[in-house]
Amino acid sequence: MMSPHTKNPKERVIEALLAGSAGVSILTTVGIVYILLSQALRFFGEVSLWEFLTDTQWTPLYSDKHYGILPLLTGTLLTTLIALAVAIPLGLTTAVYLNMYSSARFKRVVKPLLELLAAVPTVVYGFFALAVITPALQVIIPNLSGFNALSAGMVMGVMIIPLISSLCEDALSAIPKSLKEASYGMGATKYQTAIRVVIPAAFSGIMVSVLLALSRAVGETMIVAVAAGQQPNLTLNPLVPIETITTYIVQISSGDVAHDSNEFRTIYAAGITLFVFTFILNNIGSWITRKYQQKYE
Amino acid sequence: MNNHHRHILQDRLFRYFGIACTFSGLILLAIFILDILFDGLGRINLSFFTNLPSRNPEEAGIFTAIIGTLMIMIHTAVIAIPLGVSAGVYLEEYGGRKSRFARFLEVNINNLAGVPSIIYGLLGLEVFVHGLHLGQSVLSASLTLALLILPIIIVTTREAIRAVPSTLRQASYGMGATRWQTIWHLILPASSGGILTGIILALSRVIGESAPLIAIGVMVYVPFAPTSPMDEFSALPVQIFNWISRPQKGFLINAAAAIIVLLSISLAMNLIAVYFRNKWQKQFKP
Repeated sequence: MMSPHTKNPKERVIEALLAGSAGVSILTTVGIVYILLSQALRFFGEVSLWEFLTDTQWTPLYSDKHYGILPLLTGTLLTTLIALAVAIPLGLTTAVYLNMYSSARFKRVVKPLLELLAAVPTVVYGFFALAVITPALQVIIPNLSGFNALSAGMVMGVMIIPLISSLCEDALSAIPKSLKEASYGMGATKYQTAIRVVIPAAFSGIMVSVLLALSRAVGETMIVAVAAGQQPNLTLNPLVPIETITTYIVQISSGDVAHDSNEFRTIYAAGITLFVFTFILNNIGSWITRKYQQKYE
Repeated sequence: MNNHHRHILQDRLFRYFGIACTFSGLILLAIFILDILFDGLGRINLSFFTNLPSRNPEEAGIFTAIIGTLMIMIHTAVIAIPLGVSAGVYLEEYGGRKSRFARFLEVNINNLAGVPSIIYGLLGLEVFVHGLHLGQSVLSASLTLALLILPIIIVTTREAIRAVPSTLRQASYGMGATRWQTIWHLILPASSGGILTGIILALSRVIGESAPLIAIGVMVYVPFAPTSPMDEFSALPVQIFNWISRPQKGFLINAAAAIIVLLSISLAMNLIAVYFRNKWQKQFKP
């Protein structure tokens, strides 16, 4: 695909400009890593990494200061697991239904509609969790707090459905038709084919969708900031107020803590923890993609 | 009932279960929209759009927030579209595709797409607000959000360009056109539908984002609408967050009304994007 005129100086300038634009993405990564590391290192100059990782309380704004990230981690873990417990079954079943049962026309109409679920601003979902889902759940669970991980997690799950359903559907579509036909030929129903042939064959793609969903849920901010509470709480009880890493960053940013203080720098310690988790999840995802996805091509 | 019948029944039950799952999220969204309309529609009138923020919920309006959101959207678009499209063109059209630099760029962009939006807020706070002394301005917010949506624009630009048949390119080179002439006069026009779809989706994301804005320290109580990129500002989703966080019932009603406005804009932009995508996808189909 070589054009005969690549040596033209104007062409070279343009190529350099375009490469420069692409380079902005590298600067962004460098910027993120540099800022998180440099600020977090200043934070760890005053607080030991050991305390950060093992203390069971997170109270940087109180007079009795504790800097243990564990309560924020359990809060994040809790809302994330609830979200996945909602999104994986619904998303995967939707993907199987769209791939194997529905007509092409139905799929063409429904897929963009499902994408709308991901287009709703997250602060709006937060309001949904706080003002609709929590009161509704309180009818069934009377001791549910007004702020809780359960409703925030469930609503986050709804938001993530299209991510799972569309990636899983892509994975299911990549399975060769011959595999399905062989199964039908043996007299299997669509359901048996889905459970015993198609889903196992698409397993790596499904795992990738789950990892990306995990990463999205871990980094989701506004739903939990609105509906899950702002109380660091070392618990796995979904009925009480908790605080996630992201919510803590929002809480400090929207408060009046002085920017150049170690109290403020806690958000970089929290931020780098969040960054490391999402980075690992995303990269396991792309590693699986590279390793397994070409199996049938 | 023999085994065969049992399996057929199982299959049929799963079909219904599949339909139920497919619509469950959409039904919840519909319930929510109805609830929001019920709560907030009565609050929407002309003064809700023209009033400034206020301590009194009945007098509070979204004027500064909506102008702030529009200003951010315009500035973000001006920054992110040229950068994102250029980067996408570079990665797709300049032999770099197999080079080490291009592979590195690709991995890097995939990683950036997975970074939580609040982390971009921390980047913006240190680099734009404090580092470059831009303050909590429209410009700081727009630069931050531009970095956030760059991966989306780059990826959709690449997909759109990849869909252009290579015969078009070869014909152009055969006529003696340079690479840039080919890109400018043929590839970009042919892929413009797909690129536009990506841009609209990215901008709808900008309109709904609040976490990075809160991280850079956006004001909630701005008594004036921004008129220049250096002005402080508020934004619709941040205003909603603030209203939700208040105890008075009146502010919750305001939040519902503001959500109707925000959701209408977001959903409309997404439907427009779907329309462009469908229209554009037909273009290359025989």
